[in-house]
Amino acid sequence: MSKIDLLRITDRGLYCDAGDFHIDPWLPVDRALITHAHGDHARWGSLRYAGARDGRHVLQTRLGESADIETFDYGEHLSMNGVSVSFHPAGHILGSAQIRVEHRGEVWVVSGDYKAEPDPTCQPFEPVSCHTFVTESTFGLPIYRWAPQSEAFADIAAWWRTNAEAGRASIIFAYALGKAQRVLAGLAHLGEASFYTHGAVERLNRDYRASGIDLPATTYVASVPRGHDWAGALVLAPPSASGSTWIRRFGAASTAFASGWMRVRGARRRRSVDRGFVVSDHVDWPALMSAIEATRAQRILVTHGYRDPVVRFLRERGLESDSLASRWEGEGDEDVMPRGEEISE
Amino acid sequence: MKAFARLFAAIDSTTRTNEKVDAVARYLSAASAEDAAWAVYFLSGGRPRRLVPVRRLASWAMDASGIPDWLFEESYHAVGDLAETIALLLPESTESSDAPFHFWVEKRLFALAGLDEEGQRRIALDAWRDLGGTERFVWNKLITGSFRVGVSQALLVRAVSRASGVPEATISHRLAGEWKPDADSYRRLVAEGSGQPDVSNPYPFFLGYPLEGELEDLGAVGDWQAEWKWDGIRAQLIRRRGSTYLWSRGNDLITERFPEVVAASEWLPEGTVIDGELLPWREGRPLPFAQLQRRIGRKNLSAKIRSEVPVVILAYDLLELDGVDVRERPLAWRRLRLSELIGSANAESRILVSPVVGAAVWEDVRAARERARAMGSEGLMLKRNDAAYGVGRRKGGWWKWKLEPWSVDAIMVYAQPGHGRRALLHTDYTFAVRDGDALVPFAKAYSGLTDAEIRELDTWIRRNTIEKFGPVRAVRPEQVFELGFEGIQASPRHKSGIAVRFPRILRWRKDKPVAEADTIQALRLLLEQTDS
Ligand SMILES: [Zn+2]
Ligand SMILES: [Zn+2]
Repeated sequence: MSKIDLLRITDRGLYCDAGDFHIDPWLPVDRALITHAHGDHARWGSLRYAGARDGRHVLQTRLGESADIETFDYGEHLSMNGVSVSFHPAGHILGSAQIRVEHRGEVWVVSGDYKAEPDPTCQPFEPVSCHTFVTESTFGLPIYRWAPQSEAFADIAAWWRTNAEAGRASIIFAYALGKAQRVLAGLAHLGEASFYTHGAVERLNRDYRASGIDLPATTYVASVPRGHDWAGALVLAPPSASGSTWIRRFGAASTAFASGWMRVRGARRRRSVDRGFVVSDHVDWPALMSAIEATRAQRILVTHGYRDPVVRFLRERGLESDSLASRWEGEGDEDVMPRGEEISE
Repeated sequence: MKAFARLFAAIDSTTRTNEKVDAVARYLSAASAEDAAWAVYFLSGGRPRRLVPVRRLASWAMDASGIPDWLFEESYHAVGDLAETIALLLPESTESSDAPFHFWVEKRLFALAGLDEEGQRRIALDAWRDLGGTERFVWNKLITGSFRVGVSQALLVRAVSRASGVPEATISHRLAGEWKPDADSYRRLVAEGSGQPDVSNPYPFFLGYPLEGELEDLGAVGDWQAEWKWDGIRAQLIRRRGSTYLWSRGNDLITERFPEVVAASEWLPEGTVIDGELLPWREGRPLPFAQLQRRIGRKNLSAKIRSEVPVVILAYDLLELDGVDVRERPLAWRRLRLSELIGSANAESRILVSPVVGAAVWEDVRAARERARAMGSEGLMLKRNDAAYGVGRRKGGWWKWKLEPWSVDAIMVYAQPGHGRRALLHTDYTFAVRDGDALVPFAKAYSGLTDAEIRELDTWIRRNTIEKFGPVRAVRPEQVFELGFEGIQASPRHKSGIAVRFPRILRWRKDKPVAEADTIQALRLLLEQTDS
């Protein structure tokens, strides 16, 4: 490669020299373009932020009231020092975006986190043609293959029903931003169920509703008087609540974790929950491969997850591919979300 | 297979004993006697040996899923279990099978044994086509001989009892001994009435709980019997209708392995059952356990090995006398009868009464435990004089009070990811002691750290890897751990010349610099202490 790459890794994150901006920087910078509001992508402390308009409420909650955030419609072009930038739906969580960067006819797309499955809480993933595609690889191994999500939601519903019949509460641990709302929306048809939420989830539910996303009615657990009978309740809580004193109030409840990691039995058992439901906001292996193909990119840079196997696999298929180290590696068992992410009650 | 896979999933997805009992009972109630017999076989830990070489299975799976071997390898490292890796990688099943469980076991699983590679491949591929999800996982576990399920014998007994209405004690007794997985056996198991089990059947073993709290909390020392706890093979010696049967606690019939004990039992009266410990024994004390292992490992029990490693049974308890089950009698009574019975044996005897520790005050018991190591025993058992001989592990009547393990401060030198539950973290560690400037690896340990420590250590390992050999990482020798172990012996097969038994991590010694970790000399010293 003789010419300088349009985007390169610096000690603060992915940087565009021509446009003088960073994408998802992990340290404070002047100008930060943000793919989505998860803690490993939207870091506190930069001077100015830009993101997709759908995500404005969640971004503001995550980055703080005082953060200077400008938001744009999906597909809208903005110019940064002559570099054309636009946000495109990534289907990951509300307001998640792939960032398209174009300069002198060369196009790069940074995927952020993305999934191909439909999700009522955010705009569907949209393939964007490019020369270089920077893709995540959280579930970049062929063992990760999602069954149709209707199956997972049917399993959750059946599990809840069994618990309700046994007079027990059902507690689902799910990441407070995105996963929890998707699970709620996916269970909205369970008209008979009463949904309860941990404070971390409820806070973001508010943002989702303010952004026009339809969620079933939820009750904030802390607002429920002591001595309440939790039989049949369906509780959404962040993973950090697992094993905490907070969950004691539910008595002999059944617990579950909703995550792509639950595809593997060992991960399921290590969580020490009763059930694991495979509900992921990331692409599985087949979707990763078809997404890459759909971009028609010649060069694939792989970040954020199982980089090495994905790079090797793509190379064996004749594509140019390299691994792009980011700061968020080696968190194998987390849904790539740092600790601070989970606001505790 | 569907129902059995559902049963497996139900057991696997709960830690509540009651729910497991329910699931097993529900399965047994609905299953045919043929299927139930196999379920009992697998739930009580029955494991056919591996029927297809794993490499072969992996290569068929790679072909079927169109995955290169390096990617298969990567996947395996992420999953940590071969049967599961294959189940996850294969394309979705295209058919579904309603064939009953016993068909899968008898006509598919065991059929593999007599087939050539091509025949085996056809069975495996057909099974993968017909079985999806958990069914496929269970099938893969069965053919790789690694099927395991979290069901204790006591839980199984409860479930069979619930499904059949036959009392637990009867089921427990009928289940003891070797289980023949066929419909008739199952029908006999759940038949009404107290129907006598087979003449060779042992009683379920009674086990002690580790002592909690202080000795004084047990009450008066006079209410208790303290005896040595031996580290051999716990066994039942049965003399009925002119024959002798020797059962291990793992429900293996081991009569033929110990002809000298069998010969010595011939003078025992008809209808006698003794609970005791098989031990390699010479000149009034046990030989190291490894000697017994050496003897068990032999295919042919030569006169040479028999004279090198003579075996006795040290009797703890009497369970049957004159053909009558005496387990409900108080321990003191049983013990007296046991001494009368065996005390009359000759001095050369292979059947000895395990001695009790005389104690007038609890201090005497404490002092005895201090002597245990020198006696070649692993601690004490405390049994209430009025306790019945129960079933399984129950609190109250029997307590085991083992020695504190030995310990050394060792340095972590290698780490590799665990399996199953911990497949994504480095949880298997190799430890070394210092030998001058060199480090000599001597033990591997898996358990003993908290989940938080495991995560912290995992992060440290990833950042401090010097070299990788497949999944194994050589790490900077900087972390010191206190390792405990139960026994130590010389071993020419180990680089260190020493092998330790049941090593485990007692503590992460973040406070200890490497220079203060123990040396190979410290281990040799421990070894000398045991040999003396
Ligand atoms: Zn994300
Ligand atoms: Zn992420």
